[in-house]
Amino acid sequence: MTIAVKFEKVSRHFGAVRAVDSVDLEVAEGEFFAMLGPSGSGKTTCLRLIAGFEQPDGGHIEIFGATAEGVPPYRRNVNTVFQDYALFPHLNVLDNVAYGLMVKGVGKAERHRAALEALALVKLEGFGVRRPAQLSGGQRQRVALARALVNKPRVLLLDEPLGALDLKLREQMQFELKALQQALGITFVFVTHDQGEALSMADRLAVFNEGRIVQTGTPEEIYDRPRTRFVADFVGSANLLPPDFAARYGGPRAWCSLRPEKIALTSGAEGALCRGKVAAVGFQGASVRYQVDVEGQRLAVVAQAGGTKLEAGEEVGLAWANSALNRLSESEA
Amino acid sequence: MSALTAVAPPRDGLLRRLSDSFFRSPRLLLLLLLAPPLLWLGVVYLGSLFALLLQSFFSIDEFSGLIRHELTLKTYGELLQSANLDIILRTVLMAAAVTLAAAAIGFPIAYYAARYARGRWKAAFYLAVMLPLWSSYLVRVYAWKLILAKEGILNWVIEAVGLSWLLELVLAIPVIGGPSLSISYLGTFLVFLYIWLPFMILPTQAALERVPASLLDASSDLGARPRQTFRNVILPLALPGIVAGSIFTFSLTLGDYIIPQIVGSSRLFIGQAVYTHQGTAGNIPLAAAFTVVPIVIMCAYLWAAKKLGAFNAL
Repeated sequence: MTIAVKFEKVSRHFGAVRAVDSVDLEVAEGEFFAMLGPSGSGKTTCLRLIAGFEQPDGGHIEIFGATAEGVPPYRRNVNTVFQDYALFPHLNVLDNVAYGLMVKGVGKAERHRAALEALALVKLEGFGVRRPAQLSGGQRQRVALARALVNKPRVLLLDEPLGALDLKLREQMQFELKALQQALGITFVFVTHDQGEALSMADRLAVFNEGRIVQTGTPEEIYDRPRTRFVADFVGSANLLPPDFAARYGGPRAWCSLRPEKIALTSGAEGALCRGKVAAVGFQGASVRYQVDVEGQRLAVVAQAGGTKLEAGEEVGLAWANSALNRLSESEA
Repeated sequence: MSALTAVAPPRDGLLRRLSDSFFRSPRLLLLLLLAPPLLWLGVVYLGSLFALLLQSFFSIDEFSGLIRHELTLKTYGELLQSANLDIILRTVLMAAAVTLAAAAIGFPIAYYAARYARGRWKAAFYLAVMLPLWSSYLVRVYAWKLILAKEGILNWVIEAVGLSWLLELVLAIPVIGGPSLSISYLGTFLVFLYIWLPFMILPTQAALERVPASLLDASSDLGARPRQTFRNVILPLALPGIVAGSIFTFSLTLGDYIIPQIVGSSRLFIGQAVYTHQGTAGNIPLAAAFTVVPIVIMCAYLWAAKKLGAFNAL
């Protein structure tokens, strides 16, 4: 396995702010790698360090084995899809896409042919003569993608590329991006604050918090076995159970996380691990979300819609498998 | 108003009813707001401009010195005499030189202010650019006359650092040179440049301010070296601002009649020609014909700028 991007104890400070604090990272070639975290967690700075817009204050960065420190962006075979797309407003779509080839001295006929090919790849045939201002958000996003891909980068960096799109389009683009990445075999490094996006697209992801990587793993590992309270809470929603509570109901005497959909509700007493009182009900279409009070602890429960719907104030039995309780690291937040 | 009514009943009072009716017909408000300035522009400004243009098609009776109110091109024939053509050429060349130099000097300053200056430094930039505009134009021009004079501070400094030979060499250049900086085209040029520079810097800075940093990152990301980014992204996007600035520097230089009178050789510029013809000489038609020249030049300039795509990024 070839390592596409490697960080060794990389730090980047802005004044007193440690935007990136001693980060170790390895992205394999051909991988769809997501960097997930809240805003200000250092994920975008990491992306800018790979692109070369930022230089590290400490540590070492390698891109396909070559040292990247001190190498300007225009000498890296890495391209970026920007959050605001950063299309050149004075150029039409075709010239935007051909820009990278133009500055490398590729002739007009050749670069326009390549640009048309890239536009076809993102399903924007016939849009070449338009100005970026004449396109919708989704179309601009595709142009930005074509403009990066036409350079045949070894690593494609995507900075919250779907953030500005509406929900339907975002879901559609998630599938298209994933399919495109698999077809091209290019390494994708994808920055997002949307955990659903990261889980659905990435082969592996790193969860960032306060300039550090808290956990790295496959989406299943991150979701099922979050290592810290922060990861449990940020990726999906989770009930955080204090040590005493966890120990009483089948877990270790330690802070544990419990996913709301792993809790089963029973109206009768049989099979119930404990009993509680429904405090709030929220209908969500495919599912129903309950808040249930159990011995002073409020638990979120997600149940399939269609069963008997409980009302607020009802007594209810709760049950979960012991394996659903996930032990969290004590030392980290 | 009772707590039970969601829609308040019509109110009393003329002003209140007026604001209600403005709410119902916003166009009425717009019309009332726009009418005075439109009347001003339409009647007073454009009207007098037309009256002026009309004057240029009259002629002056050589014997009586009175204006003959018959349409004729005789005055334009007079305008094309070689002495007058010299004045026009001199003024246009000066305006072009001032504009080019202002763009060359103004751009780096505007670029620094737009890209790097933040907070206090940005305030300092605005202050530094605008401060000269707070003092009287005449005072500044006279100050420059003293600075550039043979006994002035500039000469003194040049002498002190032992570069007098260089200044003499420059002043010995035919046409732009002269006995001293304050009595040469070079001096006129320097003062024009100083006086109009803020009008170049501010629009350029405003245009550069609107170029998002991510565009520069994107250009670099796509493989463009800094020089290519400048040529392909920064310059085209700043061009509308530079052209706006050049309209100021160019047209202000074309029309000015004070600076060349105070600093420079005694040869006339268009503004001075207008001044003398309408004043002492009483030749209003020729003065009017002279003022048509900058208008025609500016129209041609804007047309050319548009043809060259200067406004594509707008």
